[in-house]
Amino acid sequence: MTKPPIELTGIHKAFGELEVLRGVDLSVERGEVVVLMGPSGSGKTTLVRCMNLLEEPDSGHVRICDCAFSCGASRDGRGRARLMQRARQQTGMVFQQFNLFPHMTALGNVIEGPRQVRKLPTAEAIALGERLLDRVGLADKRDVHPSRLSGGQKQRVAIARALAMEPEVVLFDEPTSALDPELHAEVLEVIQELAGDGMTMVIVTHETHFAREVADRIVFMDGGVVVEDATAEAFFTRPSKERVRTFLRLVDHSGAVVDAPAPRVGEEAV
Amino acid sequence: MDMLVDSFPMLLRGLGITLLLGVVSFVLGSALGALVALARISAFRVLRGSAIMYVSIFRGTPLLIQIMIIYFGLPQLGVQLEPIPSAILALSLFAGAYLSENFRGGILGVDKGQWEAASSIGMPYWRTFRRIIFPQAIRIATPAVGGRFIALMKDTSLASVVTVVELTRVAESIGNANFRYMEAFLMIGAMYWLINTLLSVGQGMLERRLGKAYA
Ligand SMILES: Nc1ncnc2c1ncn2[C@@H]1O[C@H](COP(=O)(O)OP(=O)(O)O)[C@@H](O)[C@H]1O
Ligand SMILES: [Mg+2]
Repeated sequence: MTKPPIELTGIHKAFGELEVLRGVDLSVERGEVVVLMGPSGSGKTTLVRCMNLLEEPDSGHVRICDCAFSCGASRDGRGRARLMQRARQQTGMVFQQFNLFPHMTALGNVIEGPRQVRKLPTAEAIALGERLLDRVGLADKRDVHPSRLSGGQKQRVAIARALAMEPEVVLFDEPTSALDPELHAEVLEVIQELAGDGMTMVIVTHETHFAREVADRIVFMDGGVVVEDATAEAFFTRPSKERVRTFLRLVDHSGAVVDAPAPRVGEEAV
Repeated sequence: MDMLVDSFPMLLRGLGITLLLGVVSFVLGSALGALVALARISAFRVLRGSAIMYVSIFRGTPLLIQIMIIYFGLPQLGVQLEPIPSAILALSLFAGAYLSENFRGGILGVDKGQWEAASSIGMPYWRTFRRIIFPQAIRIATPAVGGRFIALMKDTSLASVVTVVELTRVAESIGNANFRYMEAFLMIGAMYWLINTLLSVGQGMLERRLGKAYA
């Protein structure tokens, strides 16, 4: 059996006084879809950002495909920047706020990585870009700038941009939470199709129905630690922790509750 | 009216020198300003410190004094520059200090998510700067940079104190010759105004062009 494409061990991360991740171990197997859930402020975003080192943990080990990093005191120095670029080429990331390049067309956004990073010849990059735009249902938006796209379309371009690096893993941080509710489905469908194709994915989301359908595993975080790590089936039908049961009751009734601002330290979340 | 006809060739030459001073100093000042802006955001403390010092000195002292130090003062240290090069040097250094701040504002004004998105596809720092950040920073900085160009055009009139025969100096000598100061200065005032009106029309066109993708 091959090594899991993402392996985090003993991850700690603080912002100033605030300890956001307090010892997280998590690995993601090839072809697996892991959904990260948990109340606002529990460290989900920080954790997925550690999976491509957009956030540098204070301590712990991160392995991304064939790139291994030690963080904190034993942090490896030389060649790290290059290794990080290499690791990031093997992970795609889809952001809550899309972060499309506004000065480039939809196609321009998608082929930027293939052209500038993978160094594909232009014709090949364009062919790849067109294929990916078609895959996310936006072939006709090829030459349109992001400002002319709806939120759902922007996020689908962002997914195509991530896929254009032909990554081993795609990370999603609340891909629908900046969108109007009626636009969620078009984005979730694309992600679902990727799951069907066997793509390895880590998805932060509050959408329980979607999570239940798409996830192989649900990882529930609270207060910077993993509270529950179970199959989707077990997580939703017989959660072992009271904390998870409370959370599920709340999101089932209204998704709005968990989108509330992060609770202050010491205050019980939700 | 006669006076105008007689002095027309002089005015035209003065206009040429004014444009030369303004355009050359703007180009040199922009290049300098871009380098200083990069130094200002770099990871190296010495670079950052020198950039801050430079900006502070050239923004914190009158341009007139900078021009006089370069033209009248430097010869004491054995550096003798002709009037026009002196004026261009002073104007470029002065404009560079302001432009570096405009460029820095443009760079910092680009959403941090843009750096992250570029990082997330494995793009290295400089390439990210060139391909992703710079084009957006230019757009953000254009109004301020355009304003600086216009200010610089007007500042060229200070070159008259170091004997550069640009528009202001021409008007002075026309006035001295026939005591028609009012007409002479009104005339060149109108010429500065015309140059700057054209510049701001150009700036507006550039802004619309750069903004097209974002509209
Ligand atoms: N760059 C940062 N600087 C300071 N605090 C941060 C930063 N990023 C996140 N935080 C804080 O860390 C906590 C966890 O954030 P986050 O990982 O975004 O949680 P989640 O995605 O689960 O809502 C929050 O309290 C947040 O305010
Ligand atoms: Mg988050």
